[in-house]
Amino acid sequence: MTAPAPPAGTRRSFWGRRPARGRGARRRFDGYRELVTPEGVDLRLQVGGYGERLSAMALDLLILGAGLLVFGLMVALAVWATGATWLGQGAVIVAILGWFLGRNFYFFWFEARSRAATPGKRLMGLRVASADGGRLTADAVFARNAMREVEVFLPATFFMMRGEGVDAALIGLGAIWSLVLVLFPLFNADRRRLGDLVAGTIVVKAPRRVLQADLADADRRVSSGLAFSPAQLDAYGIRELHVLEDVIRAGDRKAMAAVAGRIRDKIAWEGPADTADVTFLNAYYVALRGRLESRLLFGRRRRDKFDVS
Amino acid sequence: MSELHLKSWRFRAEREADWRRLERLLDKAEAGGAARLSPDELLEMPVLYRQALSSLSVARSISLDQSLTGYLESLCTRAYFFVYGARTRLPERLARFFRYDWPNAVQALWRETLASFAISAVAALVAFLLVTGDPDWFHSFVNPGLAGGRDPSASTEFLRETLYDHDASVGDGLTVFAAFLFAHNAQVALFAFALGFLLCAPTAALMVLNGGMLGAFLALFASRNLGFEAGGWLMIHGATELFAVILAGAAGFSIGWSVIFPGDRTRLDAAAAAGRRAATAMAGVVCMLMVAGLLEGLGRQLITHDLVRYAIAATTLAGWLAYFYWPRKAAS
Repeated sequence: MTAPAPPAGTRRSFWGRRPARGRGARRRFDGYRELVTPEGVDLRLQVGGYGERLSAMALDLLILGAGLLVFGLMVALAVWATGATWLGQGAVIVAILGWFLGRNFYFFWFEARSRAATPGKRLMGLRVASADGGRLTADAVFARNAMREVEVFLPATFFMMRGEGVDAALIGLGAIWSLVLVLFPLFNADRRRLGDLVAGTIVVKAPRRVLQADLADADRRVSSGLAFSPAQLDAYGIRELHVLEDVIRAGDRKAMAAVAGRIRDKIAWEGPADTADVTFLNAYYVALRGRLESRLLFGRRRRDKFDVS
Repeated sequence: MSELHLKSWRFRAEREADWRRLERLLDKAEAGGAARLSPDELLEMPVLYRQALSSLSVARSISLDQSLTGYLESLCTRAYFFVYGARTRLPERLARFFRYDWPNAVQALWRETLASFAISAVAALVAFLLVTGDPDWFHSFVNPGLAGGRDPSASTEFLRETLYDHDASVGDGLTVFAAFLFAHNAQVALFAFALGFLLCAPTAALMVLNGGMLGAFLALFASRNLGFEAGGWLMIHGATELFAVILAGAAGFSIGWSVIFPGDRTRLDAAAAAGRRAATAMAGVVCMLMVAGLLEGLGRQLITHDLVRYAIAATTLAGWLAYFYWPRKAAS
């Protein structure tokens, strides 16, 4: 008996049915993830990068390790100063429990709070969010951190085990198998690790941006007094506008001189040649943005200079 | 040109003050939690958040200033996480957990709990029969680090001593051993939970190992006519500890099961839903293991009468069963 063909427009995979996407809306992974708020606006969250997440975890493990080390030194000092052996005994118990609690609840404690990030994640500008856009619950945080057990500590155990003969072969196989768990985030679009899958969470970037001054401020524009013809403004699209914005904001004189030269050539600039590069670029930026934005209002979004339809 | 300002410039100029106000409120809230905000500010927050969201939609469709849209995106994301983030305070959350969430999660796992119990029981029985037949099997079931010298080569007197020892010097060693055992057991429990994701098989293997170890120990003591005494020694904390490990296995099974048979949902969604429910049960399992650790570290040292040990075991088991399975109302 043959399996019924999946309905048209769906693709079956191990992880379930996915709706096929139209050609235009085909989703290539670009580091963004759709998160639609209950108000219906897509926040376009940026998924945390591998490097950032790895550094965040390294930082967290360093903090944990340093905390336990300082504690151990303090107890050792106290034992040495007072000569009380019962203190040493207690310290061993506290150290065992501390390592257990630290390893399992350090992450839980910080991620279940309102910032949803461990100190390491906060330093790297990351936070945990619920993948479906809902509230991040304590259960989800617990689940994602309990899975750390098989993702980090199990492979670590395999790699630290030593054996001979059959044991060595088994350990080797175990290590290879556990690599699948470690490398899991490399093989899915949202860079989720196993814990994220089981808990339905995702790690996103939550950077703080400052509101920079608008380059189209009136006094800047009026002071330049340069005018461009529509043909000169049709030379570029939105992509080039954004590059130009970055160049002006970065404020590197050399780069600005090069860009200004390229633009003057491209638009066959015949106006005053003695204007400073920054003034010229700023004036062209404002004029270009005005032109592209007014066309935007008529429903025409010109992606880049090659977009001439 | 007829107009002095771009539309997007005017758009920004009109709304910038509100965005800045929202940013200030968020800074304050993130520094010290929602408690730092006055009632007026708390009421203001959702209004400002919706304004910022609508600004973001408009900015995306009329403005080509990428620093502006970037700023609004980050501002809205921060506000979104604040407005829709978890807000319950810890004491309330804990009370809710113990009153509803934990027992309900355990109740929902009853099928998996039975399966997990059956696997452990069969493994224990097999190990018991094997070790009774040939004591050499003992070493296949028990990790020497956990045996602490209790193996078939030990003398009957030594074995009897390990059951009733409350000598002070050894007792201190035993508390360290108990802490170690607690950490070890909790780790095994977490493993059983986390490995369930891999289609149940590793969790079942862990349950077999755990049950096998139990059966082998009992067989060893039974062969020296210490079976009844060993049962009391084991069950005073084992009623709690073994129950906890069985629940951890059940939690693991429920995740693996939902990956194999997701029902109407996608495998991902099913795994996520099962994962969250199982995680609630697991958080409780860690609490149970702490109780077991206390019973093991203190109760077993102080109480050396077999019948009292059995009485405590029966009481704790009945307590746990009543707590988990007594019919109760759903959480409000």
